[in-house]
Amino acid sequence: MTVPTDLRYTRDHEWVRLDGEEAVVGITQYAADQLGDIVFVELPDAGKAVEASRPFGVVESVKAVSDLFAPLTGEVVATNDALAGGPELVNSDPYGEGWMVRLRLADPADLDDLLDAAAYDALVAAG
Amino acid sequence: MTDPDAPVAEQTPHETPLAARHAALGARMIEFAGWRMPVQYGSILDEHRAVRERVGLFDLSHMGELMVEGPEAAAGLARALVSDPTSLAIGRAQYSMMCAPDGGIIDDLIVYRLAEDRFLVVANAGNATVVSDALAERLAGSKAILDDQSLATGLVAIQGPRSVDVLAPLTDVDLGALRYYAITDGLVAGIPALVARTGYTGEDGFEMFVDWSRTGELWDALVAGVEDAGGLPVGLGARDTLRLEAGMPLYGNELDRTTTPFDAGLGRVVKLTKAGDFVGRAALERAATDGPKRRLVALVVEGRGIARHGYAIHAGERVSGVVTSGTQSPTLGTPIAMGYVAPADAEPGTVLAIAIRDTLVPARVVELPFYRKRSTT
Repeated sequence: MTVPTDLRYTRDHEWVRLDGEEAVVGITQYAADQLGDIVFVELPDAGKAVEASRPFGVVESVKAVSDLFAPLTGEVVATNDALAGGPELVNSDPYGEGWMVRLRLADPADLDDLLDAAAYDALVAAG
Repeated sequence: MTDPDAPVAEQTPHETPLAARHAALGARMIEFAGWRMPVQYGSILDEHRAVRERVGLFDLSHMGELMVEGPEAAAGLARALVSDPTSLAIGRAQYSMMCAPDGGIIDDLIVYRLAEDRFLVVANAGNATVVSDALAERLAGSKAILDDQSLATGLVAIQGPRSVDVLAPLTDVDLGALRYYAITDGLVAGIPALVARTGYTGEDGFEMFVDWSRTGELWDALVAGVEDAGGLPVGLGARDTLRLEAGMPLYGNELDRTTTPFDAGLGRVVKLTKAGDFVGRAALERAATDGPKRRLVALVVEGRGIARHGYAIHAGERVSGVVTSGTQSPTLGTPIAMGYVAPADAEPGTVLAIAIRDTLVPARVVELPFYRKRSTT
């Protein structure tokens, strides 16, 4: 499994792609594979404030319910509406079409607190 | 003297005779009812659809197999269980339950009559020991011998519309003559087996009981045929979504010691008309007369969110009951659930609400099952 090198990661298996002052957030391939077939994603409405490490949504597979944790503090500016009708996009393209929310970051410098690809890869390898 | 506070050694889970094959297939394993079992080999949705559209292969060697034999086997079982095994024809099966004296369900079972004086009772893995012990106690004094074959018997099932196509070339059993809920002995891939037309998926299919040591050979023969038919090995994950769509109860979810067969809508299993006493008769006669205090219903969620085991079911301002099983139905594409509600809220068409996290999501009571297979010719 390849971990994209241009993203940052959390220990809760979310990824973050910085896009100017904003950040696109999703869950990693590893997380999607562990969950199995994803059948439901619940995301916050645009405008909602989220706080780093706090739950902001839910992802459900056939078997289980899992919280999504905000990787960084900020405000939701958009969510991926395609996941309402196509939650399987999270399994098939977790770093692309399966993105979840776009955040306006309270402080883009917070990104430095997250793992880089090598560190995340090591985390996954360690189980 | 034993120290009651001494730590209990962690019980190592049992492995089925197919453990190495599951590992080779890359199965994700979980501990279930004291056994290490495959929950999925790949995608649960793919495994579910394979069974609905083609065929799936299951390792069910964790189930309990109890042989009851002797001139009073039928009468003894009739006293031990709520159904009437004395009415069962040789080569046929019946769905049954063992209840406690207070009418609570100890387990749900399939009883097969193999001969005039010989029965196979199949119990859930998690209850096999309790059922075995209770049967031994309830048969004491009868001319009937209980032989717990659970750890000597492998059980493999094939389920799905292509089951006959897969099994027919491998067996001398006349599958056309083997009706639903019937059992016979024969050879499958040269292995002596009991072949039953039963299952837990809502599809046509067969369950094959074989000697523990030959379960691997049987699996290998079937897996090749299943793959040729476009089928898949199927784990407990899809077994659960399949049985839920088919409206079949799961012990521990819909059924438990605090539930009577009447609560679960399975009063027809209790044969109050049979001759003689049986364990639970007095309590179950009262339950039949009084009517259940709660009823098992099927629900289709009409808003966004998936109902899960333990979520509260509301009727207006009032909490009516609780969800016992819920999932996204792979076949219907909507969230479905079963749960207990107050009898007044149990009519099909009633719109209730399920508390999914912070939201009350509407859910409609429907008739069971959620899914019924197309009739076969």
